[in-house]
Amino acid sequence: MTRYTSATPGDRAEMLAAIGVDSPADLFAQIPESLRLNRPLDLEPGLPEAEVYERLAALAARNADAEAEVCFVGAGMYDHYVPAIVDAITQRSEFLTPYTPYQPEISQGGLQVMFEFQTAMTELTGLPVSSAGLYEGPSSVASAGYLAIGATKRRRFVVSRGLHPHSRETLATYATGFGAELVEVGLEGGTTDAAALAAAVDEETAAVFLQSPNFLGAVEDVEALGAAAKEHGALLVVACDPMTLGVLRPPGEMGADVALGEGQPLGNRLDFGGPSFGFFCATEEQIRRMPGRIAGETDDADGRRGFVLALQTREQHIRREKATNNICTAQALNALAAMIHLAWLGRDGFRELGELLVRRTAYARERLAAVDGVELLHEAPVAREFALRLDAPVAAVLDRCAERGIAAGYPLGRDYPEHEDGLLVAITERRTRAQIDALAEALGAAVAAEREGVAA
Amino acid sequence: MTPLAETPMQRERATTIYEKSKPGRRAAALPEAEVPETPLEELIPAGLLRAEPPNLPEIAEPEIVRHYNKLSRRNFDLDSGFYPLGSCTMKHNPRLNERVAALPGHARLHPAQDPRRAQGALELMWLLQRSLAEICGLPHVSLQPSAGSHGELAGLLLTRAFHAARGERRSKVLAPDTSHGTNPASVTMAGFETVKVATNERGGVDIEDLKARIEDDPDQVACLMLTNPNTLGLFDENIEEIAALIHAAGGTLYYDGANLNAVMGHSRPGDMGFDIVHVNLHKSFSQPHGGGGPGAGPIAVSERIEPFLPRPQVVRREGENGHAPSYDLDLERPKSIGRMRGFQGNFGVFVRSYAYILSLGADGLAEASETAVLNANYLKARLAGGRAGERLPVAFDRHCMHEFVLSGKPMKKELGTATLDLAKRLLDFGFHPPTVYFPLLVDEALMIEPTETETKESLDAFADAIEEILTEAEADPEIAKQAPYTTPVRRLDEVKATRRPVVRQPL
Repeated sequence: MTRYTSATPGDRAEMLAAIGVDSPADLFAQIPESLRLNRPLDLEPGLPEAEVYERLAALAARNADAEAEVCFVGAGMYDHYVPAIVDAITQRSEFLTPYTPYQPEISQGGLQVMFEFQTAMTELTGLPVSSAGLYEGPSSVASAGYLAIGATKRRRFVVSRGLHPHSRETLATYATGFGAELVEVGLEGGTTDAAALAAAVDEETAAVFLQSPNFLGAVEDVEALGAAAKEHGALLVVACDPMTLGVLRPPGEMGADVALGEGQPLGNRLDFGGPSFGFFCATEEQIRRMPGRIAGETDDADGRRGFVLALQTREQHIRREKATNNICTAQALNALAAMIHLAWLGRDGFRELGELLVRRTAYARERLAAVDGVELLHEAPVAREFALRLDAPVAAVLDRCAERGIAAGYPLGRDYPEHEDGLLVAITERRTRAQIDALAEALGAAVAAEREGVAA
Repeated sequence: MTPLAETPMQRERATTIYEKSKPGRRAAALPEAEVPETPLEELIPAGLLRAEPPNLPEIAEPEIVRHYNKLSRRNFDLDSGFYPLGSCTMKHNPRLNERVAALPGHARLHPAQDPRRAQGALELMWLLQRSLAEICGLPHVSLQPSAGSHGELAGLLLTRAFHAARGERRSKVLAPDTSHGTNPASVTMAGFETVKVATNERGGVDIEDLKARIEDDPDQVACLMLTNPNTLGLFDENIEEIAALIHAAGGTLYYDGANLNAVMGHSRPGDMGFDIVHVNLHKSFSQPHGGGGPGAGPIAVSERIEPFLPRPQVVRREGENGHAPSYDLDLERPKSIGRMRGFQGNFGVFVRSYAYILSLGADGLAEASETAVLNANYLKARLAGGRAGERLPVAFDRHCMHEFVLSGKPMKKELGTATLDLAKRLLDFGFHPPTVYFPLLVDEALMIEPTETETKESLDAFADAIEEILTEAEADPEIAKQAPYTTPVRRLDEVKATRRPVVRQPL
């Protein structure tokens, strides 16, 4: 018996007798002899639980996590406080261990959570229809591309350079498959170059992709930029940070046909990048082209209110090659975490948190830009993240800050060669004024030391 | 059937959290701003600000907890009962895995952390890659895809890149008529066309039909997608010939790893001739399903596919002068298909699955598969020995691997009890039903996968329940037709929900 099986030698004997074979090997005889491994896998033998824990704990100890250092890194995922009830509820067996709700009568809990989640996301984005959740942000952007091709029968995407680099790359990967070309529009003063965008959109454009706040933290004028899409019958797809939607005007009010994004800031831990979830909202017009599960309300045989997976005729298990997307298992538990977090914040708390982020970010931006050798990379309005320019090698400055226990930000040069000197700094409610002040000091000292050529 | 009294749970009608909201209530206490309370309009132009906050519930913490705990009781779950959902591998989810995934070094590690300060995470990913490579019998692994279907799409894009690098554009992907729905859906997304291959009388690929489909247009065969054992739970004995035919035509061979739980440590897809394999960590490697995710769908590939793997790839650099090896993210992969998603993949899932592999080890994984196969064959034999033997015959009567498929056709014809009715009646007996109406080529199909973590007693109880339901249906077929009776809600009108969709709470 392994750790998690129960068949005793006696059980085995009885079971084999019932089957009418002498040994399990007889059952494996359907595998041709030449394909049987006939040796143990080259892996260690199984370990006791305590040893497995120690191994994993030793690996975890070799990571500098946001508990071990003060984290100003964002770039799509943020170190927000996740309330304790999120852990308590998502770890309940009844939410943790079921499959996708294919049998709705015994899955009402999960289905109602999806329904509540969809309601919350439509409120946040200002669009009427929400999927129950996709894998994560960038692949949701790619799924919007697939939807846009189905909706417009066109095959060109106009993409702002402010869209997350991972989203642009993922969209390009998918587009190689379903066949579409990408045209990139640059940034001007931190925001999407409006004239270049207008010039790039034409009758062949399936969709325009924007992000607000964009990767450099700047809040985009989505409505003004989106006019070009409207004019040419292209869809307007807007990626957004859900944590800013308590204060920023929702994409749905600014003409977006699809609003989507990375859901991690809502109730999900950093987890080195996943699992989190992607949210995906759209206009009524797109409801039958939506990717992913959607829960809908209905009645049972006695007239009681209940919930089921609605519009399943879009999905792969019914439509096969004609499905609107191939997505199957996605991120139900992560969407539940988001819903609990949103309920915990509530109507007022969600707005207050948004205001807190904007004000602390404004403080941090001003404070850091005042540091000698540091200036703003752009002056566009920001919500919770901003870009700086350092008069010293960014990698070396980051190393010096790390020595003081501060992860100072994300080096923009990783994705933007034109911003080799750029540093992206993110703020959450966990980053106190004292920590921001400490960052200013660390950054100042690091830049100065690099300029003076002091050995690290 | 006389109307039954409502159960307490039925009496309590579904109420959403929005309907429990009351202005002025709240849960969250937020930190002080500690900075000037500048009006927002001075920081962001008024036209870009929101007039009214989103309408989220207003509710205190005790009521949130009570709401979701009550909702949880309206779910059936694996920790409470038998869940023989075919093709889904509902095996035990060890709590140890949750504990190690929640360690701050994993859970609070930022994905953009400098690789030099995330060595533990990268080493864990590398170790998992090596383990999966060994289990699959293929040299290289990318952990990036987020689920099985995402792995399929990655695999098809790899196939496209592989052909393109040889100056070829091939348009067709072959898949048996028993394949998972995600296969053809992924094929279309990847810009290929699906060509169906027939199933033979033994439940495997019909070799003559496969040859004919290849000969239709040999230059256009990009790939064959196969599950082995297939969705009938049968190992395709002709796999070597199938692989030879596809490779001779110049195509790649893709292994849908949904059924890998049958063969771990016994047989390896790479040895069967597959070029690309996806592994559902949420099936064979014990990641909890979470009511529909998260999962992860790493892919293992052969040497000839490796140059095209998604970016970034975790690599190990051997230490020099006695230094320990180090780990890094390799972004410089010029032939790569690119990213399939953001950052590095569902790392939290990797932690759980690696813990699972360490717990079971080489011996335990092989034994898990052996027991899964034993359990499936035992349950098949138990059912065949009772009424199900006549009413619910096995679709292809030979030893199965980890799952098997029954046909409810005689039951429907003779008793008027459809597979759906049987499934719904099983709910009253406290069991999750098998997968129903799949695979499509079996009439009134029931696909049963017990997994290795079930006891003989559970299997016996399930077989007894099927027997009892069939006995009951012989006496009164109406009982099953109206089932279920005891669940939080009774049979739901799924058509209504699609015809006039209500997909959010009106506020």
